[in-house]
Amino acid sequence: MMEGSSPAKAYLLHVAVIALLFVLNFILPAYHHGLLARILVLATFAMGYNLLFGYVGLLSLGHAMFFAAGLYGAGLGVHHFGLSVPVAFMAALACGAVLSLVIGLLALRTSGVAFMIVTMMFAQVLALAILYFAPLTGGDQGLVLQQQERVVHLGDTVLDLTNPTARYMVALVLFSIVLLLTLAVVRSRFGRVLIAVRENEERTRMLGYDTFANKLAAVVISGVICAAAGGAYALLFGYVGANFASVQYSILPLLWVLLGGAATTLGPLIGTLFMYYIVDITSGYTSAYLLIVGIALILLVLFFPKGILGTLRQRWVRWLP
Amino acid sequence: MTDRQGFFDLSKKGITRRTALKGLVATGSGLVAPGFVRYSQAQSSAPIKIGFQCHRTGIGAAYGRWYEKTTNAAIKLINDAGGINGRQVEIVIEDDGTDAGRGAEVVGKFANQHKTDIVYGTLFSNVVIGSAPTAGELKIPYYVVSEGYHVASGKLNRYCLQPGITDVRAQVTSVAPWIAANAGKKVTMVFPDYAFGYDHRDYLPPALKNAGAEVVAQIAIPPTESSFTKYFPQIPAETDVIYHVMVGPAVLTFVKELGEFYGSNGPKLFGFIDSLEAVDVNSPGLEYLNGSHFWEGAPRYAQADDSDAMKAYRAAVGIDDNGASTSDANDVSTAAHMFGCWETLYVIKKAMEDSGYKGPEDRAKLIEATEALTEFAEGPEHPQGKKVFNGKIHQVFGSQNISKLEGGKLTVVHKTSIEDGQYEPEADYTTQAL
Repeated sequence: MMEGSSPAKAYLLHVAVIALLFVLNFILPAYHHGLLARILVLATFAMGYNLLFGYVGLLSLGHAMFFAAGLYGAGLGVHHFGLSVPVAFMAALACGAVLSLVIGLLALRTSGVAFMIVTMMFAQVLALAILYFAPLTGGDQGLVLQQQERVVHLGDTVLDLTNPTARYMVALVLFSIVLLLTLAVVRSRFGRVLIAVRENEERTRMLGYDTFANKLAAVVISGVICAAAGGAYALLFGYVGANFASVQYSILPLLWVLLGGAATTLGPLIGTLFMYYIVDITSGYTSAYLLIVGIALILLVLFFPKGILGTLRQRWVRWLP
Repeated sequence: MTDRQGFFDLSKKGITRRTALKGLVATGSGLVAPGFVRYSQAQSSAPIKIGFQCHRTGIGAAYGRWYEKTTNAAIKLINDAGGINGRQVEIVIEDDGTDAGRGAEVVGKFANQHKTDIVYGTLFSNVVIGSAPTAGELKIPYYVVSEGYHVASGKLNRYCLQPGITDVRAQVTSVAPWIAANAGKKVTMVFPDYAFGYDHRDYLPPALKNAGAEVVAQIAIPPTESSFTKYFPQIPAETDVIYHVMVGPAVLTFVKELGEFYGSNGPKLFGFIDSLEAVDVNSPGLEYLNGSHFWEGAPRYAQADDSDAMKAYRAAVGIDDNGASTSDANDVSTAAHMFGCWETLYVIKKAMEDSGYKGPEDRAKLIEATEALTEFAEGPEHPQGKKVFNGKIHQVFGSQNISKLEGGKLTVVHKTSIEDGQYEPEADYTTQAL
């Protein structure tokens, strides 16, 4: 994949995308501005998923649990313990790290279809636990984080996360860090080992690499990124709900990544943007919008079998990371 | 014909080639991307726009469809009568997919893209709670028809109101005295093991205790359960009445298995009609419910003593004497809840008129005007009955109906008083800044 690729071109492209997103903050109408902030957070979730699915080839059907770990890690911290926003976000990361380490240790004993099923089952356990501990979690109705709880005090500076610009910028910073981190990871030696595992795990092991340790590291990094997205979602949008732990939110990042292009760094953003806008636009015209979405997806699979950026890279832009 | 004004002269100062190109690009962009068009501020003669957050798809779709029919019927009458403050009312519908995340986006879309004056009409609690922060941040009044205790509990914000339907806590509290007096003193509760069930779990026992009865067992059924027989042995033998609030398609299996378990010697049954909204009570498998009692917000079946207002409401919405669509007898309505849409719209009308509402700049005045309302008299605008509104907790209280299922129909046997359901408020939204 990296053969003949140009690091300068790749980094330039990513910086240009971040710059474009920064400029959009000033020119987008209010609704699209708010929607894009949400998309950036969910694209971060998709990037976390892509790291494991796209680069290691591990298809998880339970990544909602990592998103939910961050969502509840931050949300419950604020709601029950009055944690400040930065501490709550750190709590989200810690929850994601611990959960992904434990799940990784257990689930990586399997592979292929069994890995899908085991991750889905663990995610179901977490989703049902959220419902079971309803007095603490708010159950299926969820919890609201009040506006005054979503304010960051940095000395004399006050950052109100309910302010649309502040919210967008925080979402963009998170997205940018994770995007550049993903790019750095996949271009690193570690990233190449992950791709080697995806292509031929036996051969990688024969070459002397500890594939289990590398896969475990990938699960933890992926889990922490997803938890960061979950934590950011809770703190930026003020709602913590069990629906984000449901199987639907395990399928969605898979769909976003497949649409945008698995194992492409920018694919998750493209896929999330595409799905959000196709639902948003078509639902304005008909209640049968899911039918249109379905047809669009079939067309995409037919004409862009490797996702939008994956197919672009295969046919025209070979250097695309 | 000469071009005296120079309209077509691109060399004329002020309209350069570049300006013309910019204009063309801007116009073209506007045409191909209607979603990006900035809508102009509502003029005084322009319609008042109400954003209807509708469950058109997802688990709440059956409710959403009837909420939409009720809304359209009420808006037609309001517009035929001259609208609100002399302006016609336009309903803008967005589907939230009964999803909390999408719900919040839809509220943002109403406020920032459609530029609606308010948002209205949400039923499912998770969508209401998920959308409330966005409504509060955007300072757009959010009138829900949800019956959840979430508004009255004070955990939302000042922009969230429920002025058209009584909340579950009050419903449960108001039916308890009748259960104690007529169904039995020892009650076993069967409820879904999630938040909707918890309102019943938490508020029925104290209400029954006040009425001289007691809850002898509480059986929470996990939401993923598809067979219920294994739970029935947990029902104590001393049980006089089973209080059930099962929701969703599982209710058919629940009732069938309960009938098989007890045969003809079981305890009495008291249920909430929520489980059978949009479902024909004469459906195969529901025979065991015959002779049992149900809570109904508004009666599904036409009653002998229906007021003229109730008759007019049913005719306007298009439901027959059996509570089904007048155009399709198999299309059963969600009559117990959807009246809340009708009544909420008339409350909005009243509050807009009281506040002299002109546009989004008057949203705070609209909230204050709604909070100042105290009573709604029974009549064409409130066909379900008289209501009392508590402006501090943004919650309305009305009478509830207890109906008996007999001969394939639900007949109202008792109407609770408003006072039966009222409780001590636990919040005061009016202390929050607007």
